[in-house]
Amino acid sequence: MITAEWKPIEEMVGYLRGHKKVLVIGCATCVAECAAGGEREVETLAPLLAMAMQNDGNPVEVKSATLERQCEPEFVEAIAEAAAEADAIVSLACGIGMQLVAERFVDTPLYPGVNTTSLSLREEPGLWTSRCAACGDCVLGLTFGLCPVARCAKSLMNGPCGGTRTDGMCEINQDTPCIWRLIVERATARGRLEDLTQVRPPKNWSNSPAGGPKRMLREDLRS
Amino acid sequence: MSLRAGTKLEKVLAAGHFALTTEVGPPRGPDVDAVLKKARILKGLADGYNVTDNQTAVVRMSSIAGSKILLDAGLEPVAQMTCRDRNRIAMQSDLLGAAALGLRNILAISGDHQGAGASGKLKGHPGAKGVYDVDSMQLISIIKGMRDEGLQAGGDALTSKPAFFIGAAWTPLGPPIEFRVLRLAKKVAAGADFIQTQAVYDIKAFAQQMAKAVDMGLAEKTAILPGIIVPRSAGMLNYMNNNVPGVVVPQELIGRMKDASDPQAEGIKVTLELIEQVRELPGVKGVHLQAIEAEELLPEIINQAGLSPRPEV
Repeated sequence: MITAEWKPIEEMVGYLRGHKKVLVIGCATCVAECAAGGEREVETLAPLLAMAMQNDGNPVEVKSATLERQCEPEFVEAIAEAAAEADAIVSLACGIGMQLVAERFVDTPLYPGVNTTSLSLREEPGLWTSRCAACGDCVLGLTFGLCPVARCAKSLMNGPCGGTRTDGMCEINQDTPCIWRLIVERATARGRLEDLTQVRPPKNWSNSPAGGPKRMLREDLRS
Repeated sequence: MSLRAGTKLEKVLAAGHFALTTEVGPPRGPDVDAVLKKARILKGLADGYNVTDNQTAVVRMSSIAGSKILLDAGLEPVAQMTCRDRNRIAMQSDLLGAAALGLRNILAISGDHQGAGASGKLKGHPGAKGVYDVDSMQLISIIKGMRDEGLQAGGDALTSKPAFFIGAAWTPLGPPIEFRVLRLAKKVAAGADFIQTQAVYDIKAFAQQMAKAVDMGLAEKTAILPGIIVPRSAGMLNYMNNNVPGVVVPQELIGRMKDASDPQAEGIKVTLELIEQVRELPGVKGVHLQAIEAEELLPEIINQAGLSPRPEV
């Protein structure tokens, strides 16, 4: 799922100074799954934000709503009335959902209530870890189903760097496993360590964000 | 035997001499004198002088500039290049620039991650965007392609071929240990002419990895120079054992440094023993000797190790 994390309340307060009627909106999909922008988080943040604005000397009226999916136009219509009454919107959806709302209600300032951070898996209750970097050139077929692009701090393609800790964790975070250690273990278990001995050439990043904004066109779906 | 680049380091190795490289870390400022001060201490003592590339992800004078200063002072540099700060376009451009300046030994490494750097003492730049467009293996291949084929990584032709003696790093004792020799083999296949290893203190464990490298024929295809860092205290060894990935220090050695009445003298003694021990291992072609920010210790060590004067080649 797409994961997101709340921005500091002070940052939101900074955005909202001068506004009077604020609509806080969430999204019931990814950001709800990662406990950043679902209905529960929206209903938690709304009063906190009202209190913070009050303490800041800029009281605002705060209303709230949680959309089924903030990245689908038909669901966004559900807040048309509330958006028309508000003079600012704070969205707890991912950057995609936020931008659709900003585009639909173009005269109402939209402010992010979260930072969109990753494409992650909920590994355990309360723990999300990266699985994909949307690099546009999937290598999972070469790496035994473990992604070195998203899960190696250096996105190495040819094995572990010298920074693997004695306990097999990554030097930049003692709780993050060296993904190349796991790839080697899985290859060994399958009796296929040999597969990892081929030198992989430089990766083509042109289908990733490095290649410019993505525009995926499917003619077969456009008629 | 035809030489790749004809550097002193390459010639020393080609002639079968036991090679010696050391390190000159550039300053955190534009101070030529700081580089020259180290150069004066170390001139004539080694066959190659590694100039680090923003090691520990802390901004320092560039490796290429530092290397050029050494070259002009009569020391042959080994310019390090990491994959952290530049994409393949900038790397190849800098490689051409390095070649134009007369720098021919290049060491290709991944580089300390910007989030793990700064040695715990400095701020560094943990908010920097790491590049890692290519990895060290791919960088080795790119340098080889430029040198041997006269081609850029993208396939465009260079106007002439730069001569490089290509180095790479090896962490023989890092996990997953069973893959480390295979990774060395990949670096050799990619084009590494010489290898400098992470600091070695556990000679027994290193000897086992070295024996595997020899069995695979790697020690003939590349020149392996084990890294030795002069220990100066038990605390330093403890720190490296606990905090520097891939460095394994036997407790016995830490205890020996702890019990020493003169740790510096003991550290020199240990260093001399380590040099002797790795020198006896089949396949070892030299040492990469470092005394981090204590370069003044090196002349005595190198003399006592019988590694001075360096061979004329």
